[in-house]
Amino acid sequence: MLKKFELSLTIVENKPLNNSFFKLILTHSEPLPKMVPGQFVEVKVDNTPSVYLRRPISINDVDYNANTLSLVIKNVGDGTNALSKRSKGEKINILLPLGNGYTLIEKGKALLVGGGVGIAPLLYLGKNLRSKGVDVAFLLGFKVKSDMIDLSDYEAVGNVFITTEDGSVGVKGFVTNHSCIKEHYDMMYVCGPTPMMKNVAKEAIATGTECELSLENMMACGLGACLGCVTQTKEGHKCVCSDGPVFNINELILSE
Amino acid sequence: MIDTKIKIGELELRNPVMTASGTFGYGTEYKDFVDFRRIGGIIVKGTTLRKREGNPYPRLAEVSSGILNTIGLQNKGVDYFIEHIYPEIKDYDTNIIVNVSGTCPEDYAECAEKLASLEKIPAIEVNISCPNVKQGGMTIGVNCAAAGSVIKAVRKAYPKTMIVKLTPNVTDITEIARAVEAEGADSVSLINCLNGMAIDAERRKPVLSMVTGGLSGPCIKPVALRMVYQVSKAVKIPVIGLGGISNATDAVEFMLAGASAIEIGTANFIDPSVSMKVAAGIEEYLERHGYKSVREIIGALEVSE
Repeated sequence: MLKKFELSLTIVENKPLNNSFFKLILTHSEPLPKMVPGQFVEVKVDNTPSVYLRRPISINDVDYNANTLSLVIKNVGDGTNALSKRSKGEKINILLPLGNGYTLIEKGKALLVGGGVGIAPLLYLGKNLRSKGVDVAFLLGFKVKSDMIDLSDYEAVGNVFITTEDGSVGVKGFVTNHSCIKEHYDMMYVCGPTPMMKNVAKEAIATGTECELSLENMMACGLGACLGCVTQTKEGHKCVCSDGPVFNINELILSE
Repeated sequence: MIDTKIKIGELELRNPVMTASGTFGYGTEYKDFVDFRRIGGIIVKGTTLRKREGNPYPRLAEVSSGILNTIGLQNKGVDYFIEHIYPEIKDYDTNIIVNVSGTCPEDYAECAEKLASLEKIPAIEVNISCPNVKQGGMTIGVNCAAAGSVIKAVRKAYPKTMIVKLTPNVTDITEIARAVEAEGADSVSLINCLNGMAIDAERRKPVLSMVTGGLSGPCIKPVALRMVYQVSKAVKIPVIGLGGISNATDAVEFMLAGASAIEIGTANFIDPSVSMKVAAGIEEYLERHGYKSVREIIGALEVSE
């Protein structure tokens, strides 16, 4: 298991990506510790009376040459709203890296399926797979065009297929309506809303494709101590923070 | 050199700071953040005679300056603890105390008896904020007779230091404290969580799966402080204070109110190294005020007549 740290990181840039998504690019005076795709961080939100707990945020990208960590965050409440207003040069207290990452295949073809802000961790994952020589494609679903962000970073890694629920961009419908999901893959990696992940998991089961999901639950400690963020698995309750957030679909109970 | 040692029954603490049950796992989860040599003890996750799956998700709700939880005592049972967890943690350089929960006196006693054989566990903390299955699910710790009968049974089975963790959800906490003292408790720790509730108005649904849950964090500190003050006047055994302690000043306040030691709970979720910082901060307070020993501030609150 990778060593965990509490670091005070400095904001290099805080840029809005659309109406609700923003990207925090953070750096540190020392070299950033090793983090793997699929892991997450817990961000402390200061000076916001309604916010007590840290906020778990997936790792969007790590650039060890520039010594930067990127977080793509959706503004959904008081905590993320406060973070969206933080400026360049300010410090943010972060615990990292937390949880277990995706299982990286060494060769072959991978489909990375993301929905909404769930596309965030797939960038770092895609880059790591690509550097191993894996053929990477992204299948990204959004509600409407205005939920989309600039995807040029993703396009630099592999083919990008888009679906929108209203058909304003790409294929109309959900990610499971896109024909690319029917092709052969050695592994499917998924991060997004629970109904979407369940539907993708069903596709994977139907085609016998290996598939890992990254879950998100309400969390407190992020370290596996409080047992607040559990999900139901075939072996009973497991912590999303420390047993996950990445789970193989074979471990999970995907019914209902 | 300031003397920070505290004795609770036969339990010797190098300083008065312990981590509260359910907020620090088995210590292992925090080993990258805390140097265990710098805290008095770790009180591990509530342990029951048999394995418990706990309550369904959602188990947490965030509120102003605190959280509500309904974990439901998820744990793998005392035998699993002894076989798999104890060997991993027994050599940590601090006191490892096991929090014991149950649903009837016999279960508590059997669980405590098993733990008594573990050389590196010098004490247990008995959680009486649990429903008594034999008395229609009523919380054991809200009734002097029920609490007394559990503590009596555990006392017979467990010869080492027994701390009893009290629930604040009672009309008079001093009565319960006296009842468990009379049955042989070496110490009482308080307060456990306050009963609370959170509602999602948009969905017209409770936030927690079990509708109600336990409130903890800085929001409960004033209640905890008052109860520690009252109980420390009502019993002769040492009192351990907890409830919203987030920094050294909070800890000192509990000791001034009458606590001989303190536990840090929910604050571990926000600042994983807070326990170490509080221990150092208490020493800094003592030095600043010219005390030679931490024991000098226990109950040193000056209340004008």
